[in-house]
Amino acid sequence: MDSILLIRTLASIVRGATPLIFAGIGETITEKAGVINLSLDGTILLSAMVAFAVTYTTGSVILGFIAAMLVGALMALIVAFGSITLRQDQVAIGFVLTLLGAEMSSFLGNPFVRLKGPSVPHLPIPYLADIPIIGPIFFNHNLVVYLGYALIIFSWFYIFKTQPGLKLQGIGERPEAAFARGSNVNLMRYVYTALGGALVGFAGASYSLSIKLGWSHRHTAGNGWIALAIVIFGGWHPFRVAFGAYLFGSLKSLSSIFQRVAPGIPSQFFNGAPFALMIIVLLLVSSGWLDRLLIRLPVRLRRLVHDALLGAPPGGLGRVFVKE
Amino acid sequence: MLQRLSNLTLGLVPVVLALLFTTVILIIVGAPPGEAYRNILQGALESPDKWASVVTAMVPLLLCSAGLLVTFAAGLWNIGVEGQIVAGALLATWLALNLTLPPILFIPLLLVAGLIGGALWGLLAGLLRVYGGVHEIFGGVGLNFIAIVLTNYLIFGPWKPADGATMSGTDPFPPAAWLPRLGDLPVYPTAVVLALAAVALMYFALRGTTWGLKLKAIGKNQRSAFLMGIPTSRYMLGAFLVCGALAGLAGSIQAIGVRQRLIPGVSGGYGFLALLVVLLAGYRPLWVIPIALFFAAVGVGSPRLELSMQLDSALGGTLEGIIVLFVLLAQGVKRKA
Repeated sequence: MDSILLIRTLASIVRGATPLIFAGIGETITEKAGVINLSLDGTILLSAMVAFAVTYTTGSVILGFIAAMLVGALMALIVAFGSITLRQDQVAIGFVLTLLGAEMSSFLGNPFVRLKGPSVPHLPIPYLADIPIIGPIFFNHNLVVYLGYALIIFSWFYIFKTQPGLKLQGIGERPEAAFARGSNVNLMRYVYTALGGALVGFAGASYSLSIKLGWSHRHTAGNGWIALAIVIFGGWHPFRVAFGAYLFGSLKSLSSIFQRVAPGIPSQFFNGAPFALMIIVLLLVSSGWLDRLLIRLPVRLRRLVHDALLGAPPGGLGRVFVKE
Repeated sequence: MLQRLSNLTLGLVPVVLALLFTTVILIIVGAPPGEAYRNILQGALESPDKWASVVTAMVPLLLCSAGLLVTFAAGLWNIGVEGQIVAGALLATWLALNLTLPPILFIPLLLVAGLIGGALWGLLAGLLRVYGGVHEIFGGVGLNFIAIVLTNYLIFGPWKPADGATMSGTDPFPPAAWLPRLGDLPVYPTAVVLALAAVALMYFALRGTTWGLKLKAIGKNQRSAFLMGIPTSRYMLGAFLVCGALAGLAGSIQAIGVRQRLIPGVSGGYGFLALLVVLLAGYRPLWVIPIALFFAAVGVGSPRLELSMQLDSALGGTLEGIIVLFVLLAQGVKRKA
């Protein structure tokens, strides 16, 4: 493979992983607050459809993104309302919304199937895009991709380095303790669930307006589940969630290369690859095999590898907080 | 009596709200709501043929719901039920395409093949959960997609028809493998009996056996069930096996009855829909039957929307989803009040 093709492939990985970054980090924020929003697959479908429909009708890409974020926030608020206020099963409501989002996107999106509409314009960053190798890989995309970089860094900084971020971790880890220290646990959970949902909606819009242009039935199906798995694989840490997004993003680009190199392999296997990988990475981080392997490493290295590969879910994840 | 009556009326409130919501959606897209609902009803009930189709559509819903009652009792979210339908259909198809037997032997064998195929696929999700620590939702979703990919590979590869592969599936099975119909109607008495028997069996098993009681104990609190001496791992794997087997039986029936061949979307979303059925039934076995009937009618009726109103048939699924959502929310409101 020559170097131009390699650079182009890496650039397509960076671009293709962008929606997964938004959805994965959005869900990370929601889960850090202790709420599981399982509806991602349906929310991404519905918001992708709404984004395209709004942009197609109004001609404004920005309005499309705003509408999609509202849809994402609204779906997340239903999860929050149902589980926090009404104390119904969080997983059940998320699952119903997964199916509902998919069905509604098919029904409402029917008139918009396979139309050509506006999309996010290409925007190489001056000077940075001219750096050899790095430039074409990272800085020759559109604004959505750059916002993705900003989100990775900003969300990490916010969660781990700021006062409100530490409070966010508190309400997810030990809601009772956070309440005792004066946090309004349930209000903050509402806020972060909606915020995470809005980012998931943004991910939906970035499919239909930037990465996989337009709308068709079940346009993005499956990606929401992958984003949810990436959050677990990423150990609820923005950097590793981003790494997971690039890992899964690279599968698509790699499969087109493999298909050229080894045409004998049936193309269907490449469609299944992300889901096989999903099970494998979850086995890797959940099964305890890695822990057993780590024990054989020298102590100092063990700590390092552990922090790089494993992470525990927030202690209060999925548990409703009730004031005594 | 009065109490029960008022409970029933209260129970209808979310359903009415759900209908209102879908009506608003229809108005937004500029379709006359009355006509849309009438089309769904007519599409489901206008002829004996349609009635028969509704009963046939109810069969996989009942079988999967019966299985899901078991996994839910053990506190497990077996989303993989969709893929377990596919796995049952795959194993049945493999035998149907490669064997020749008289129907009296062939059909039972193919139904058993469905049970085994689904049980194995369910066991896989169970092993991932119990020994791999992979939550059954993710293991299940992953296995669902893999089952679909496997189906497409087989239809477009080893099992492709002699005159070229298409999305319409494999060659039809030999007639000896066809599940017998009731006269000319598209309904399969064997399948209906099996489905109702499955629900009844799970009703009694969960209610009146120590097996059911132990499963429920695991569902309520896995750790204390373990400390009480219940072999939780074995029981959880058992729940996956039972649910997978029933889903696989549904898959076999779809292949050798409804389609008489293997098609790419053989599971038809019935597994996911069955999850909604059981949620709406509040995990109560007897409620599963009328709800499955209703969902089946909506499923058979809504394609009519595409023919006569150029609307997408997903309206039916939207209505079902909204009803379940509103009922879940209403239960929460009621508990608070």
